[in-house]
Amino acid sequence: MVLAIILVVLVIITVVFTFVSPWWFTPLASNWGTIDDALIITFVITGIVFVAVTLFMALAIFKFHHKPGRRATFEPENKKLEWWLTGLTTVGIIAMLAPGLVVWAQYINPPAEARAFEAVGQQWSWNFRLPGQDGELGQAATRFVSGDNPLGLDPQDPLGRDDIIIEGDDMHILLDQPVIVYLRSLDVLHDFYVPQFRAKMDLVPGMVTYFWFTPIRTGEFEILCAELCGVGHSQMRGIVIVEEAAAYQLWLADQLTFAEMMAEQEGDKND
Amino acid sequence: MSILTKPWLDDGKAFDQAPGDGGASLKTTRLGLFVFIGVATALFSLFATAYYMRMMLGGWQVLVEPWILWPNTAVLLIGSILMHWATRLGRRGDMVRARRMFMAGGVAGILFLLGQIMAWQQLIALGAYARVNPANAFFYLITGLHGLHLLGGLVAWGRGLRKSASGAAADKVTASMELCGTYWHFMLLVWLGLFLLLLVT
Amino acid sequence: MTDETAKDYDAEMHEPTHFFTKYIWSQDHKVIAVQYSITAMAIGLVALVLSWLMRLQLGFPGVFDFIDQEAYYQYVTMHGMIMVIYLLTAFFLGGFGNYLIPLMVGARDMVFPYLNMLSYWVYLLAVLVLVASFFVTGGPTGAGWTLYPPQSILPGTPGYDGGIILMLVSLIIFIVAFTMGGLNYVTTILQARARGMTLMRMPLSVWGIFVATFMGLLAFPALFVSGVMLLLDRVIGTSFFMPEIVSLGEPLAYGGGSPLLFQHLFWFFGHPEVYIVALPAFGIVSDLLSVHARKAIFGYRMMVWALLAIGVLSFIVWAHHMYVSGMDPAFGYFFAVTTLIIAVPTAIKVYNWTLTLWKADIHLTIPMMFAIAFILTFVFGGLTGLFLGNVVVDVPLSDTYFVVAHFHMVMGVAPILVVFGAIYHWYPKITGRMLHEGMGKVHFWVTFLGTYAIYFPMHYLGFVGVPRRYYDYEDIEFIPDSVADLNMAITIAALVVGAAQLMFIYNLVWSLIWGKKADSNPWKANSLEWQTPDTPPKHGNWGVEMPTVYRWAYDFSVPGAAEDYMPQNMPPQPFEAHRAAHPEEGPEEDKPGEDKPEEGGT
Repeated sequence: MVLAIILVVLVIITVVFTFVSPWWFTPLASNWGTIDDALIITFVITGIVFVAVTLFMALAIFKFHHKPGRRATFEPENKKLEWWLTGLTTVGIIAMLAPGLVVWAQYINPPAEARAFEAVGQQWSWNFRLPGQDGELGQAATRFVSGDNPLGLDPQDPLGRDDIIIEGDDMHILLDQPVIVYLRSLDVLHDFYVPQFRAKMDLVPGMVTYFWFTPIRTGEFEILCAELCGVGHSQMRGIVIVEEAAAYQLWLADQLTFAEMMAEQEGDKND
Repeated sequence: MSILTKPWLDDGKAFDQAPGDGGASLKTTRLGLFVFIGVATALFSLFATAYYMRMMLGGWQVLVEPWILWPNTAVLLIGSILMHWATRLGRRGDMVRARRMFMAGGVAGILFLLGQIMAWQQLIALGAYARVNPANAFFYLITGLHGLHLLGGLVAWGRGLRKSASGAAADKVTASMELCGTYWHFMLLVWLGLFLLLLVT
Repeated sequence: MTDETAKDYDAEMHEPTHFFTKYIWSQDHKVIAVQYSITAMAIGLVALVLSWLMRLQLGFPGVFDFIDQEAYYQYVTMHGMIMVIYLLTAFFLGGFGNYLIPLMVGARDMVFPYLNMLSYWVYLLAVLVLVASFFVTGGPTGAGWTLYPPQSILPGTPGYDGGIILMLVSLIIFIVAFTMGGLNYVTTILQARARGMTLMRMPLSVWGIFVATFMGLLAFPALFVSGVMLLLDRVIGTSFFMPEIVSLGEPLAYGGGSPLLFQHLFWFFGHPEVYIVALPAFGIVSDLLSVHARKAIFGYRMMVWALLAIGVLSFIVWAHHMYVSGMDPAFGYFFAVTTLIIAVPTAIKVYNWTLTLWKADIHLTIPMMFAIAFILTFVFGGLTGLFLGNVVVDVPLSDTYFVVAHFHMVMGVAPILVVFGAIYHWYPKITGRMLHEGMGKVHFWVTFLGTYAIYFPMHYLGFVGVPRRYYDYEDIEFIPDSVADLNMAITIAALVVGAAQLMFIYNLVWSLIWGKKADSNPWKANSLEWQTPDTPPKHGNWGVEMPTVYRWAYDFSVPGAAEDYMPQNMPPQPFEAHRAAHPEEGPEEDKPGEDKPEEGGT
């Protein structure tokens, strides 16, 4: 009996908590409101099922708990009811899955106008690279990594010479400009995660992964690592700054290309 | 007996389905062996899958199979045939010759293992260490694991020999022979599969 | 017939009399079951304490100096690994599987008792190797229970020296132990059932354990393969999973391998593993509900089919753990669809459990309360699984506390509630005494409400986006301060829930000595284990005469029967004419809209 009441109370707490608790989505800063929508659809459908099943159980306990003289019904099965429930469940599943798959199709197909940048992870920091004038990122591999060449660009690849290297500093991106992020790791698995963007993807050493998004508001956002990467995992942070064109161009003009960086280091050595 | 039966209406005509002998029979041991063969098949298939997937990636240099693998394969095949023969002789009641065949079948297994060790030595002599490239590493790993499984079979074979030496009833000895035979066939099949995989890649 | 049986009985059942062969080096499935259970509980307590330490750091960051980053990740890893493998898998299959299978199908013992005994001792060895890793240089591994390379075998991770090696060795030993046990469970169920115990008359507990064992036998090899290969990468420097790496500024000798290959192998094991734990729980809870609701389990056949369907489907959903792993994203479509399909048979099971309660005669005993708590918890955890399975919804939630909350609900708390319910249910059979009810009630309420208080709000941390496996959250900008308050509250709840488990263990010991004496069938259940001539059952279980089975395990409250239960070995009664005569012409099936029971035997 108490159990029936407690079940009802739990349902009430669960529903009320959802609406009044301070813990909810972190405000969105990218185009992936569609992901939030798909999540809400799933939330509503599963929420209804949870409430319905629990209340049904509470009702059953309330109505059919043992009293002297009570005897249960003998009903081994009821095919019709079971098929109905199966059918309803299938409908619910499709209602969740279909929008999910539609948004997934957007998520994995970056738009043609997306501009690339690369994020390179290593224990426990982030570095970045932008394609230079030619608009293309040059080849890179872990075996080229050295003190002078922290991201491992192929020194022989002409496409890489004008690439802009951002080492140990904030990354800037343009407001409302779709951006595709290529991800590379020099050591272990990492994950590029900015909660406000919703999107995330693992960095896998030995391969290049990607994801895309369009920033929709300016500001400074913290990059976290979301894949356990060793003892410094929780300190692996970076900053990405979303800004308007003017500020962005100003910042860009200040950055060094790979060629300039190499030349500078040569210069240092000669001194 | 199907899973469509409604057990609350079922009159239990299927009494024979559950013999109720507590499972103390050759049939039980045979089933146990087949379940184990299922597990081992899953294991080796997964290794083969991993082999194939890793082959697609970087740093793979094709391994030159040592020549001794060919005679080894023949020895394992002969062992399998001998085991089969032993079981047939045992069923006919010719225990003396059956025992001889059974013994020879096990010895073939031992020879195969020795041959595999020689294959390892040949590769090591060539400097084809496991860490040099994944093809080598897979070779040691897969042949090693197959060898370990065969070694397990040889333990069962040893127990069968002891049983026959201690004068156990003919049907019990024949049962050991049959089970070893089944396992030898399985080991042969796995080896042929692995060898083929090594050869074509 | 009887003479012959008696002779066999004397010949085969030479019951060991020496203490050592009776209780230690024992081949009796009941003793082995208890050994498995006690070992699993002991190591589980270690994992419980680790979770306390971990929660202390999260709830009161910086207060406890001895929990540094390394220690924290070690606690996380060992807690997860122990709970999933060494506690839950071992408890359900080694513990309940061993105890229940022979008794429920009406056998004298497992078919390979010697192998069964070895299985336990090898399992114990695996546990000891695992424990040893706490005492080697560098401590146990802190790579997370998934042990993802390259990180798990590189110096940036705690336990790089010996911990990871012992972890992998221990897992490999565990798999050997499991295989020995599993061969026994499957073969016993297929070969050693009592006369009349057809497959479709088996209690659902046996079905659940049976399907789970089959899955384990096929899935654990994948862990074996990945474990051995990772061990070689670590120890002799092969490159199965290791690409070119510059680790903390040092180039390593690895090259060409793929971390994703490990993930595929790991989850090909890891996902079925979820169901290896869940299916026995499903089966057992079905029996608890049916017995204590005095009602046939609703839709027995559908329950069996659902178990089989889940068993098969669970092998083609593994990559839903890898949506953001960098694998070809097109796989996402396939695995999202298969994952959500598996929700259908799972939902059917939930409906049938709740429908078993409808028009029942519910006795709110402690096992029953745990069973009902399981349904609520499992429904919660199952539904949140749909978020994570639904590919794009997983993107913001993956690697956040939503995942932690989800899997603790669905495969932590839910199965553990069944373990508790099952212990309260079968303890009288195992020991001949009832567990203390007052302590049981406290244990139930604290565990049920406490775990809900821990894991329910934790989902909302996931909505905020709080990442998991973080040592602390101090200077993360987007996380509001209120999260720290919530973390503190969760920690306090966790400490209380943990304390209740200590009381439960006290109850287990106390009742062994002072508990109320139990009669042989205190719950008036139908299945065979309650029909043994002795309680606790003696060596050989059945005395001289083996049981014969005439009916399924769910003849509760059959109209016309004198009592509200009819044990499986009760011969057909006069009022049950249909049972002997023409079952196929029996009362019409599937009459649409018919609310009445299908069988009116009177």
